[in-house]
Amino acid sequence: MLWLLFKTFFITGLVSFGGGYAIIPVIEAEVVKYGWMSTQKFTDIIAIAGMSPGPIATNTAIFVGYQMAGIAGAAVSALAMVMPSLLLVLLVALFFYKLNHNRIVQSAFYGLRSVVLGLIVFAAIKFALPTGLMNTISLHTFSLLAIFAFSLFSLIKRNAHPAYVIVMAGLVGMAFYS
Amino acid sequence: MTKRWVLLFEIFLTFFKIAPITFGGGYAMIPVIEREAVEKKEWLKQEEVTDLFALAGSIPGAIAINSATFIGYRIAGVAGALAATIGVMIPTFVIVVCLSIFYLYFQDHPKVEAAFEGIRPAVVALIVFAAYKMRKGAVVDKTTFVVAASSVLLLLFLHVHPAIMIALGAATGILLIGLKDKFGVETKIDDQEQNVDYFMGADI
Repeated sequence: MLWLLFKTFFITGLVSFGGGYAIIPVIEAEVVKYGWMSTQKFTDIIAIAGMSPGPIATNTAIFVGYQMAGIAGAAVSALAMVMPSLLLVLLVALFFYKLNHNRIVQSAFYGLRSVVLGLIVFAAIKFALPTGLMNTISLHTFSLLAIFAFSLFSLIKRNAHPAYVIVMAGLVGMAFYS
Repeated sequence: MTKRWVLLFEIFLTFFKIAPITFGGGYAMIPVIEREAVEKKEWLKQEEVTDLFALAGSIPGAIAINSATFIGYRIAGVAGALAATIGVMIPTFVIVVCLSIFYLYFQDHPKVEAAFEGIRPAVVALIVFAAYKMRKGAVVDKTTFVVAASSVLLLLFLHVHPAIMIALGAATGILLIGLKDKFGVETKIDDQEQNVDYFMGADI
């Protein structure tokens, strides 16, 4: 189990350009492949990872690791996630200080940025499905859509803090769904 | 303790202190790191730090952790890089583990279940917001729009593995710019410095 976690998150760490929501589908694909947890439970974990300080992808990895193999699993996942970055940063610092001015590197990022955006859009669709946001028309679906719309509005127009949005949505959920 | 160990400990402590206050990860941390490393400790110059952030964003992994590693390296070599990385990781790690224990313990409680019912659509909103913030940096012309749209379709309908999609993205970029150069089409790709905010603005 520990080796499997290490392998999974090492590869994830290696491809995690941006390190944020774009990497969530990468982790989700692995988690579902091994049958570690359902997409819905994974969404809960992302919510908690998003509320915690620190990068969301690393937090998610620590969380999955803990759920699968306790403290040791969490430690191995964190290590596996950071190790590729650490090695690459050292490599770049030592040899390729002008990396960002290399035309090949710039071209790669020209394609990468659009794909990363595509991944984030994909993540949004993927998580909207099991949430029930796209279910048949009912009062319940409507209330979920209202939470979604109001959260998005607060983030874009009111500059609300992500952790604040999650906490508020949780309180609304507690009030209406129990 | 030698002077070197004091310096390493100081690097460790600086990043250890920064980590817990950076809710939301990535970009929240940049101004805090700047203030600590440039103004308070005077380890680096402002221009150096700006370059480092741009570079840290180009390397896989969270920009906050990568920046810490970079700055640690600039101050005290490989040992400094390790001190900074460990320092920035420990508080996050402890907090996330505590929350995991809490979640495992309370996940089946009806009130907690109800809370998560409300939180899930908010998470979708957070992800949409991440895409919204990133759109200017990513979609710079028609080509990038097509690449972004086709990647969504490939992921949704052909179930291409996301990790493979990322590799394909880099290859596509190199190929497209190569072709455009060959046919003499000018493409603005050197826009990294201006939009550090949007650059790979995935983690908010």
